[in-house]
Amino acid sequence: MALPYLSLAIWLPIVAGLAVLAAGGESNARAQRWIALAGALAGFVVTLPLYTGFDLQNPGFQFIELTPWIERFNINYHLGVDGISVLFVLLNSFVTVLVVIAGWSVIESRVSQYYAAFLVMSGMLNGVFAALDAALFYVFFESTLIPMFIIIGVWGGPNRVYAAVKFFLYTLMGSLLMLVAMLYLYNKSGGSFEIVDWHRLPLPLPAQGLLFFGFLFAFAVKVPMWPVHTWLPDAHTEAPTGGSVVLAAILLKLGAYGFVRFTLPILPDASRQLAWLMIALSLVAIAYIGLVTLVQTDMKRLIAYSSVSHMGFVTLGFFIFNAYGIEGGLVQMISHGFVSAALFLCIGVMYDRMHTRLLADYGGVVNTMPKFAALMMLFAMANSGLPATSGFVGEFMVILGAMKKSFWLAFIAATTLVLGAAYTLWMYKRVIFGPVANDQVAALKDLNPRELIVLGALAITVLAMGVYPVAFTEVMHASVNELLRHIAVPKI
Amino acid sequence: MNLPIILLDHMPVLPEIIVLAGACALMIVDLYVTSERRVVSYYVAHGVLVACAAATVFVQWVDGPTKLYLFSGLFVSDVMSNVLKLASYASVWLALVYSRQYLLDRGLLRGEFITLLLFAMLGMMIMISAASFLTLYLGLELMSLCLFAMVALNRDSAQSTEAAMKYFVLGALSSGLLLYGMSMIYGATGSLALSEVARSTSQLAAATTDRTFLVFGLVFVVAGLAFKIGAAPFHMWIPDVYHGAPTAVTLVIGSAPKLSAFAIAIRLLVNGLPELAQDWQDMLALLALLSMAVGNITAIAQSNLKRMLAYSTIAHMGFMLLGLLSGVVGGNRLSADDAYGAAMFYVIVYVIMSLGAFGMLLYLSRAGFECENLDDLRGLSRRSPWFAFVMMVLMFSLAGIPPTAGFYAKVAVLSAAISAGWIWLAVAAVILSLVGAFYYLRIVKLMYFDEPREGGAVPGHPEMRLLLSANGLLLLAFGILPQPLMNLCFVAIQKL
Repeated sequence: MALPYLSLAIWLPIVAGLAVLAAGGESNARAQRWIALAGALAGFVVTLPLYTGFDLQNPGFQFIELTPWIERFNINYHLGVDGISVLFVLLNSFVTVLVVIAGWSVIESRVSQYYAAFLVMSGMLNGVFAALDAALFYVFFESTLIPMFIIIGVWGGPNRVYAAVKFFLYTLMGSLLMLVAMLYLYNKSGGSFEIVDWHRLPLPLPAQGLLFFGFLFAFAVKVPMWPVHTWLPDAHTEAPTGGSVVLAAILLKLGAYGFVRFTLPILPDASRQLAWLMIALSLVAIAYIGLVTLVQTDMKRLIAYSSVSHMGFVTLGFFIFNAYGIEGGLVQMISHGFVSAALFLCIGVMYDRMHTRLLADYGGVVNTMPKFAALMMLFAMANSGLPATSGFVGEFMVILGAMKKSFWLAFIAATTLVLGAAYTLWMYKRVIFGPVANDQVAALKDLNPRELIVLGALAITVLAMGVYPVAFTEVMHASVNELLRHIAVPKI
Repeated sequence: MNLPIILLDHMPVLPEIIVLAGACALMIVDLYVTSERRVVSYYVAHGVLVACAAATVFVQWVDGPTKLYLFSGLFVSDVMSNVLKLASYASVWLALVYSRQYLLDRGLLRGEFITLLLFAMLGMMIMISAASFLTLYLGLELMSLCLFAMVALNRDSAQSTEAAMKYFVLGALSSGLLLYGMSMIYGATGSLALSEVARSTSQLAAATTDRTFLVFGLVFVVAGLAFKIGAAPFHMWIPDVYHGAPTAVTLVIGSAPKLSAFAIAIRLLVNGLPELAQDWQDMLALLALLSMAVGNITAIAQSNLKRMLAYSTIAHMGFMLLGLLSGVVGGNRLSADDAYGAAMFYVIVYVIMSLGAFGMLLYLSRAGFECENLDDLRGLSRRSPWFAFVMMVLMFSLAGIPPTAGFYAKVAVLSAAISAGWIWLAVAAVILSLVGAFYYLRIVKLMYFDEPREGGAVPGHPEMRLLLSANGLLLLAFGILPQPLMNLCFVAIQKL
């Protein structure tokens, strides 16, 4: 029990990443792949005790590690997870394993750098979710930009440089303003970077308002919320498959996680005051971006826009201030992590064979790839929120929460059930069904065992989460209730 | 008095004596070495630097860490001076090692370069330890004259000569401004010693007439300092000189002199004129904002790496000023140590980054090929993955992205500015540093995303490869454990 699981979850992948780099040049690609897989698996295995050993009744932080780091600024290496963050550590480590397997035979140039970038990023992302010290959080939060920048820029599509630079500068802009906000809080709290201390810090409303916007920029860009979402379609479209998967499954969650960890508990009054703004932006994302998604002709772009729309649900859930909303938002985050990862992997499977992402180039894939068509069907259903898949649970809970607040809110939010089904199933129909479109489709080979393992693992998780969501929500209950109690008390 | 006692009394100037004696000896030794055996002079310089470092360490940590005034208050030895001196030795030493191959290839590794470098370092050491206007000015001129000559080292190059002329004219002008301001303050206070000046200003500051006189002098002092630091709008010389000078000399100008410029800013403003803090802080705020804006925005338009790094220097000096201007809040000096310590940390980290960046340019240059355009870095990650990685660390550190030392430098000064209530300035600073991130990112893009125009690995001297790697990794190490260097800076400022 005494093992520092969180530190292991952070540093094992990073060390494995460096080992892959050290394993040398292009000739050693085989060994590098195995080291990467071993590192990713080890990183996943050490996160399992976080779930099995988790105390469901305890709303506070568990698995705490605390060591002074920079005493001059009172910064500590302080790690811990509560019901809100623990699942993301697991999700991230799980997805990393899949990404490593998915890139197995696809990535042929600079293999060691590719795997190293993913493993290092995986460790850093675990660090973001586990950090209880704001400075540590920031260091991990911003460090993840570097590997992602490299991943998009080196292994991406034709317009990769533009996308990589846009991704970097957009997210950096947000996080720099957050840095100012954090330094202000550090000063106000009398020199503490402990997030928990900031939760208790009384703040006047005008200051809360300014800080709210400081954090909002950082998190809204990451989520991404309308209207700062425009980097996402570019980044997704140009990134390699693994990059898209990590981007959709984990990186987008950082923003939403930031809202629950920082904005809501530190600035509860400003959050309540400005909830209308957040709700309005979320509804625009759900409804308007849903419509934008319909007209996309590039599959990756389509899924990217659908991510924006789905993440709108998450922010909507957070800012309606009830347990359904917040838990629904968190469940939606996890579910979206699995589903979007799966869909990007599906597109990757087709892209590897056809080297095109345009819907117009496909048609009748079911004739040549039946196994693939069946699995993708499941993920498409989950993306449109069909009951018994993970996509349903989160959306349903958020709509339920919205209904408690106002009927019209729930009504607009529920348009996603129509729009989501429309764009996902229409895409699925155009790609998979119909007569075989061209010779290339006719020559397609069905899934190989490696792809089957990756997609199969995701299919099981998506179904399990849809059928038995309690396994996920019971972990959150105590912490979410505590959060709601905390937000209810004004701290002006 | 017998000799040992005189020696003991003057122990704190031992490093200066060693450099002076070493440089003079080197001049003579160099006469007797043929150009094939120039390496002898090169190693003599190494010996001088090592001896200096040993002497400084002895003065500071063995002899007793007290603050000592020497020569009737002309010279001061304290923790800050010794830390900055050690940093200067290190950066001069690195400059020497990095430049070796470059200068050899171009036939410039002559005794002049090494001797001038040592004399310039002596000037810097005197600046760092100056306790009076007189020594401060002497040190400054000694350093500047050596640097002027070094810029013109390649005397057949029109570009270098032009740069040297510009540097000389503008340098002389700025020295004039500084001297004029000092004479005003001398007129008002009647003393050249900085501690004495501080004492009389605290009495004078109350009276309006004397105050006008003092502030008038202060304006010139700040303008002169801004010239030396290279803060906008007194930055004009920096891009031309950085561009025109041989890269090895640019490396020298871009590193250690920043440390001594910081030291004289602390000595003049913080030690000498603390009573006028409100006035000079407002001036510095303007300089800081302008420098960050001009430096970051103009750098984007540069296609020449040396010019780009020159504008980046301007921006970084603006950032460093953020720390200097946050010390005194409404007459309250409670957070002064934090603010000046942050500025000192910033300037040291900046010097490490600058050494690495220019060192990389030297490393990539060969006989007959100057690496100075952005395009020369294209596809570096293919040709030399390791040094592309080192350069990437340098660039991200310059951009202030964690986990690199540049990030903590930025956080430290921003934190100081925010606690002093300069929130709008801090917001402006981060927005401008976002602009700055673009051009550092462009270098990473060139190295990693583009294909190389020429193939082949990059050759290089083993000792240079080793040191350049260590230089980059040091930034990463300070990025993960910044505590030791930070503490050193704060202790140095506390004991001021």
